[in-house]
Amino acid sequence: MSTASDKGYSAADEVGSVLEQRTRWQRVKLALKSAPISAWFGMVIVFAYIVVALFAPFIAPYAEDQIFAVPFGPWDSDHLVGTDQIGRDIFTRLIYGARNTMGIAFATTLLAFVIGGGFGLAAAISGGWIDQILSRFVDVLMAIPSLIFALMLLAVFGSSIFNIICIIAVLDSTRVFRLTRAVSMNVVVMDYLEAAKLRGEKLNWIMIHEILPNILPPMVAEFGLRFCFVFLTIASLSFLGVGIQPPTADWGSMVRENASLIQFAQYDIKAGITPLLPAGAIALLVVAVNFIVDWFLHTTSGLKDEH
Amino acid sequence: MHPIISTVLKRLGLGLLTLFFVSIIIFSSVEMLPGDFGESVLGQAATEETVAAFRKELGLDKPAYQRYFDWIGAVAKGDLGTSFSGRAASGVDRSRRVVDLVVPRLKNTLFLAVMAAVIAVPLSLILGITAALFRNSFYDRSVNAFTLISISLPDFFVAYLLILFFASLKVLEPFGIVFPSLANISADMPLGERLFKSALPALTLTLVIVAHMMRMTRAAIINLLASPYIEMARLKGISKFKVIVHHALPNAWAPIVNVIAFNLAYLVVGVVIVEVVFVYPGIGQLMVDAVSTRDIPVVQACALIFAATYILLNLLADVVSIASNPRLLHPR
Repeated sequence: MSTASDKGYSAADEVGSVLEQRTRWQRVKLALKSAPISAWFGMVIVFAYIVVALFAPFIAPYAEDQIFAVPFGPWDSDHLVGTDQIGRDIFTRLIYGARNTMGIAFATTLLAFVIGGGFGLAAAISGGWIDQILSRFVDVLMAIPSLIFALMLLAVFGSSIFNIICIIAVLDSTRVFRLTRAVSMNVVVMDYLEAAKLRGEKLNWIMIHEILPNILPPMVAEFGLRFCFVFLTIASLSFLGVGIQPPTADWGSMVRENASLIQFAQYDIKAGITPLLPAGAIALLVVAVNFIVDWFLHTTSGLKDEH
Repeated sequence: MHPIISTVLKRLGLGLLTLFFVSIIIFSSVEMLPGDFGESVLGQAATEETVAAFRKELGLDKPAYQRYFDWIGAVAKGDLGTSFSGRAASGVDRSRRVVDLVVPRLKNTLFLAVMAAVIAVPLSLILGITAALFRNSFYDRSVNAFTLISISLPDFFVAYLLILFFASLKVLEPFGIVFPSLANISADMPLGERLFKSALPALTLTLVIVAHMMRMTRAAIINLLASPYIEMARLKGISKFKVIVHHALPNAWAPIVNVIAFNLAYLVVGVVIVEVVFVYPGIGQLMVDAVSTRDIPVVQACALIFAATYILLNLLADVVSIASNPRLLHPR
């Protein structure tokens, strides 16, 4: 470090100072400083959602399934945005919904990455017939639209939170598999990997220490996008009434339960937009995550827009 | 053989193979049912004989591969089996044939999908081409921002927004247009009324799929604008519009057609949610209802129809993009 502050500038000092590599934290701070407004917007929104989800019981004024006397109650001081069809406080359920919907979507995405990422890496490393079988199997699974496939599997196994997580995770892991396989194919042919293999390292060790650090940026971006898709799929299933079941508060099913309020918009605009609040919460999160992923891809890969 | 024909045939073969595997997956969903589902369909009071008779009707006493060929053979002849609902513990069978449930609703769904496609495809082409023409202008930016937002919004959010503005708040009332929020159409309705009642669902689907198609059209054309032959055409002094329509567009067809077919395939999925929002009597709603009552034969039939449509549309996209590839069309 130079001591320019007390002695004034000295060229000899600057040349003589040892070049220090920036620590990880410094680099993160620099990147954050140059982040565009859209990325900041996204980060603030996502952070707020996470805080609400983590501290739901402390923020929410009532309990998740507490029932009050007036169903479809108006917006007032007791119930900030009214009550739902059996008299539960909608504001409370919105807050708990953040926890349930995001928690389930996050668990599902994580599971999808463990399954798809694991098999994708395995296919890329081993190649040959293992790769062929896995890839063709994934091709067939991807030939069925995932919402339809999920509906069918839910009909067979029944809708419980555990089933939803497993089914969506398996269906979405096909996309993760494809990406992981594609990006690790580029790494697998590198010399240092050959060296590791010749050293006699185990498959697990090669996966975690040699390949994973090199494919991390696209995988992190995919995690964000995949989370959006999973989140939207689960919300859609709940909206269709075959996803997360009551009394668990969830944004998708809340839209469905309060949808009839929209007919009263011409008399009371507040009542009319009530069913749009959970739907808007979903939309806002998806937009926010997309903004962050855009910026992340831009900074990590130097990917430029077409113009 | 002409290289195009062999490539197309190869792709068709692959498509049929995929369809075969998909039908196996859909068939085997019944295999995964828990062993006592006979009781759950027929009710607690079902006697052993009725359960046994029910299992025999489903052919559960035969090996699985034989049942698969029986099932797929029947499907090929247009027999999709009988619904689980309407069966009683006493053995009285009021169940309906799945075909009778599916066919009228399939017609409604196709009507809605075609309507959405007829609006969306020309609209997205026009928007994409004009956005490429006036690149980086205010028009281009606003179209881009609008489509980006509509990609991110969940389908049912778009649907309810439309209901809020056009059906509930009646913003078009001064012009005498108030769209109904329920699209409860029936077969004996005159075409005009059906079109009017399906307007909001079709508009929702349009908004959902226009974004991708428009962006792809724009990107495909802009990609080509950098190539030397376009530069040449421009240097000859041809108008900007003519350069894009006569020179860039023919080469951009392959990716555009691909994304169009892909989005029409996406309609298959989008239609499920939109039908539920607008209570439109289509096959998507039938499937959702069947899922909540766990009426497996109906679910299977719907899944098979959706999957087959999806695969065929993707197949069509591939075939068209192969056939419109100039390098394959004029081999050396």
